Amino acid sequence: MMSSNQALGILLQIYQSLLVVALAPLLTGWVNQCRAWLQNRSGPGVMQPYRTLRKLFHKDAVIAYNASLLFRATPYIRFGCMWLAAAIIPIIAVDLPFSPAADVIALVGVFALARVFIALAAMDIGTAFGTLGARREMLVSFLAEPALLMVFFTASMISHSTQLPRIVEALAQHQFVLYPSLAFAGLAFVIVLLAENARIPVDNPATHLELTMIHEAMILEYSARHLALVEWASSLKLFAYISIGIALFLPYGIAEVGAMAGNWGSALPLAIIALLVKMVLAGAALALLEALLAKMRIFRTPEFLGTAFLLAVLGLLIHFLLGA
Amino acid sequence: MTMPYSIQIINLLASLLLLIAFAMLSQRRILSLINLFAWQGLVLSLSTFVVAYSTGQHHLYYSAALTLLLKVLVLPWLLHRLMRKLNVRWDVETLINIPATMLVGIGLVIFSFNLAAPISQLSESITRGLIGIALASVLLSMLMMLTRRKAIPQVVGFLAMENGLFFAATSATHGMPMVVELGIALDVLVATFIFGIFFFQIRETFDSLDISNMEKLKDD
Repeated sequence: MMSSNQALGILLQIYQSLLVVALAPLLTGWVNQCRAWLQNRSGPGVMQPYRTLRKLFHKDAVIAYNASLLFRATPYIRFGCMWLAAAIIPIIAVDLPFSPAADVIALVGVFALARVFIALAAMDIGTAFGTLGARREMLVSFLAEPALLMVFFTASMISHSTQLPRIVEALAQHQFVLYPSLAFAGLAFVIVLLAENARIPVDNPATHLELTMIHEAMILEYSARHLALVEWASSLKLFAYISIGIALFLPYGIAEVGAMAGNWGSALPLAIIALLVKMVLAGAALALLEALLAKMRIFRTPEFLGTAFLLAVLGLLIHFLLGA
Repeated sequence: MTMPYSIQIINLLASLLLLIAFAMLSQRRILSLINLFAWQGLVLSLSTFVVAYSTGQHHLYYSAALTLLLKVLVLPWLLHRLMRKLNVRWDVETLINIPATMLVGIGLVIFSFNLAAPISQLSESITRGLIGIALASVLLSMLMMLTRRKAIPQVVGFLAMENGLFFAATSATHGMPMVVELGIALDVLVATFIFGIFFFQIRETFDSLDISNMEKLKDD
């Protein structure tokens, strides 16, 4: 027998997972549209990613002659990883039945798994650009990952838990307190977000010049439905990262399943409106940041990500010293 | 265990001070270095103001105003003018590369937090956790003086070090007597003037502000 709370939890879990998959391309479209506006272009409209996905799904896939099973499986694995990550993060409600499946450390592991597969698939074909992209991706991510872990540790120290729902509860439901350590962690997180999602100071998502590519170089060989899944997974990844950022630094408005059982007619729309408002603001802020920054040389990237690590460690140290 | 808001704000400003110290350490351009120094002065002035407000010590208002006047307006203006007159726009040269400097900086922060922990326990003041941060920013400024090759960044490092000391004084002991503060402020101002004259002398003698040239001043 399932209690009504559990049933509601499962329902919400399914709802959140579907909502995230449906909304992720919209976020990418919104960021691109904002960027176009900031660059004084009219832009393709926020629905462009959906059109691209539809077009790609209708095409026939062309696969290199010497591609192995790994190359074919990677888009599905990557999409699955990102979807799993998006299901674990408390996006519209905390205490979803999936959330105990992985804490923040395992979440970093899920992202790492997707990254390993895409890097391997890029090298699988044996083209020069794929290998180059894979190596660069690894260079960026091996520096970004410890910084991300440190950000999570800072939040965990404050809330005494590595479970995202517990962190959200601890940060959202207490009296408002200024946390200098979280401010540092937030800065570090923004840098990691830019690096991990192939955004501008580290990588240019709109580039056509192979020599400067990181993420795009890895997926040059993909076409049709595989490419569509890879693109969709990238949108999901951006959505998941921004959701993590919201959960850690702006956790106000995320509903609780327990509290929702009684009055879920009001709590759920409120949570969704809060999510949409935050996503619109975060997307616009991301586009603004990208418009203000210039792409840096690849050899400056370690220094940039080193700064993120430094900020996260400083946040942790300040938490120890000030207890805040 | 929620702390009063004034303490939270002071903690936040202290963290900002530490952040600015690191930003200065990582800075490659002299112009941004001077601007960062002005920001540091502003944060310092704000934190002094908050301490003054929360403890009701009126002389701290004067010292906050003095900090604002001297460290946010006069000294950066002097340094800017000096830069224009010396016509130095080159990038800062460091002795060891910047990521390594940052790692040493983290080590210094841990060291000073450890060093300050027993001292803080002796203090009755509620802002005692800040001694560690003040000590860390003093040491970081010293590190900046050690790792820079040119004269102007070293002077900025010296001035930033004084900022750290000043922060330690206001946060841990609620400020020094007014006479002492005025004396220090005057000292810093005079020191900057003298440094300015030194810069011209160094440049006239060596055609450069690289202080490693001064090693040639031996008799033999």
